[in-house]
Amino acid sequence: MGALSIRNVVKRYGPVQVLKGINIEAPDGEFLILVGPSGCGKSTLLNMIAGLDTITGGEIAIGGRIVNDLSPKDRDIAMVFQSYALYPTMSVRDNICFGLKIRKVPKDKQDEIVARVAKTLQMEQLLERMPSQLSGGQRQRVAMGRALARDPMLFLFDEPLSNLDAKLRVEMRTEIKLLHERLKATIVYVTHDQIEAMTLGDRIAVMKEGEVRQLGTPQEVYDNPADLFVASFIGSPSMNFIRCPVVTDDGAVGVQLQEGTERFVFRAPERVCEGLRLWLGKEAIVGIRPEQITDRSAWSGENPHVVSRSAKIEVVQPTGPDTLALIHLNGTPVTCRVHPEAAPRPGENMSLMFDLSKLVFFDPASEKRIT
Amino acid sequence: MAEPYRTQTAGSHLIGRAVIYTLLVLFALYYLLPLFVMVTTSLKTLDDIRTGNLLALPVQATVDAWAKAWDSACTGVYCGGLKGNFLNSVSFVLPAVIISTLIGAFNGYVLTMWRFKGSDLLFTALLIGCFIPFQVVLLPMAQTLGWLGIANSTAGLIFVHVVYGLAFTTLFFRNFYVTVPAELTKAARIDGASFFTIFWRIILPLSPPIIVVCVIWQFTQIWNDFLFGVVFSSGQRQPITVALNNLVNTTTGVKEYNVDMAAAIIAGLPTLLVYVFAGKYFLRGLTAGAVKG
Repeated sequence: MGALSIRNVVKRYGPVQVLKGINIEAPDGEFLILVGPSGCGKSTLLNMIAGLDTITGGEIAIGGRIVNDLSPKDRDIAMVFQSYALYPTMSVRDNICFGLKIRKVPKDKQDEIVARVAKTLQMEQLLERMPSQLSGGQRQRVAMGRALARDPMLFLFDEPLSNLDAKLRVEMRTEIKLLHERLKATIVYVTHDQIEAMTLGDRIAVMKEGEVRQLGTPQEVYDNPADLFVASFIGSPSMNFIRCPVVTDDGAVGVQLQEGTERFVFRAPERVCEGLRLWLGKEAIVGIRPEQITDRSAWSGENPHVVSRSAKIEVVQPTGPDTLALIHLNGTPVTCRVHPEAAPRPGENMSLMFDLSKLVFFDPASEKRIT
Repeated sequence: MAEPYRTQTAGSHLIGRAVIYTLLVLFALYYLLPLFVMVTTSLKTLDDIRTGNLLALPVQATVDAWAKAWDSACTGVYCGGLKGNFLNSVSFVLPAVIISTLIGAFNGYVLTMWRFKGSDLLFTALLIGCFIPFQVVLLPMAQTLGWLGIANSTAGLIFVHVVYGLAFTTLFFRNFYVTVPAELTKAARIDGASFFTIFWRIILPLSPPIIVVCVIWQFTQIWNDFLFGVVFSSGQRQPITVALNNLVNTTTGVKEYNVDMAAAIIAGLPTLLVYVFAGKYFLRGLTAGAVKG
């Protein structure tokens, strides 16, 4: 029995369809991420799971029970909001207790729960304060405490970290992950930040325009993106996309590339040869991640998939651990990730190692992956 | 080396201040002058008024005129002063203020937190109510009061002022609650709170700043109202504004300016006091958002 089943869920506002048939099954204890750009419908979907928004079609089940017509309070869920939504006129303790009081939990049981939650989140010293006296990170913690107090079947997080500054966000990210490890709770987590999605999720549902484009583990989504959108959305800096003709090279299939005046062919990995053969004589989009174009130092032994090419460096951007270098292939800017010590100066030529084993190809018209 | 750049010298700064304060003091004096004349005149005897100058201080200050205005001034054949009318005003102003404020808060809550199809249209329609002149509603209101059987009664005056005030109170609360994050209501719903519980336990406790604004506004409007009072009440039930008019306009024989002035101040005192004690909250409430941080 899954903790959450979303079956063919549709949401319409008048003639506008904002969710176009969503199907997601989340097993007990899973950390499921809904990620996508603004307007992709991820928050709408979360609100529908919570019961704050009505479902136009399909059904949602929590713990095996269909909840379409249940009000939020009867769905056995708790939610953490982006703005924290702490009750401003109540102390931290009363914020945590509010839901328990409404549900008529006995007073001594309430105290016990508050003590447990405060201990879990290490905020015993904050209990008597008002929300206005707390920092952003502390408010976030109280908001999570309020959710924990309920001990629900399902936790819903609506972009909980996007109001925090960068440093605190990383800290809280770790804390949420730890909390999940400890509680083994089922969590649905909405974010537009792909790093949060990658680092937190057991599985990620990448959404765009009311559809789930891909549902998979972070590594699957990263290595085997289903389409051009997923490939470009996940990963920072983003994957490089180069439009190029599909050609044969000594019987193997590959793509024709040009750097400056030099032309060469990159052979496609075995697994896509068959599929790519159908594109001979036409153009495809090849995708290569920046870390698959590096300097020589990253490669020791022989690797048949790694080829070396010289290219003119246009721009250099140091990030600390790596330096991003910009080159041009087929007239398209391409980002490479090189070791800072190997980084050349702009305008120089550099010998770069291309790892072709992870090349991915896309149909330029449908933007689907070619397999 | 360039000259050090200076925007303003200490001297020119001082002159600017002096000009500003001089102007402010002059205007303050100009606006306070009528009050000064009223207070001094009300403390003078009739002889003092006849012989003295308008701006002169009373030769011998006395509160006789005040006592007369309150207790024994005559309007026509009735010689009971303004005290009854003052209590009349209190007896319908307080309920009208409280009821219209509560309904306004509730309307604002529904119009912002529980939007429904046509809620914006309804709000716009309510807003138009703010611009309808008193005179326009007189006849329909008289008819309605007749149908409801509360014509010429305290309940009728309360009803008139509540209905007329709703547009304003709803506007105040609606605009205040717009700044309250909608997530607050959502969180409360997930916590299991009902429609009314959210209003009483979450939204209303947030509202003191706007309640102060609303109460001051409504109190001033209703206390100072003359037209509804003169049309929808009569005889001993009239509010103090109407009674003051009658007192000043129907004197026979010598015109007792000192009594008139004292009566006018008595009629205006409650609104004045409200501003003195709650004025700073009024300004704060008008400019404050609901939730800080």
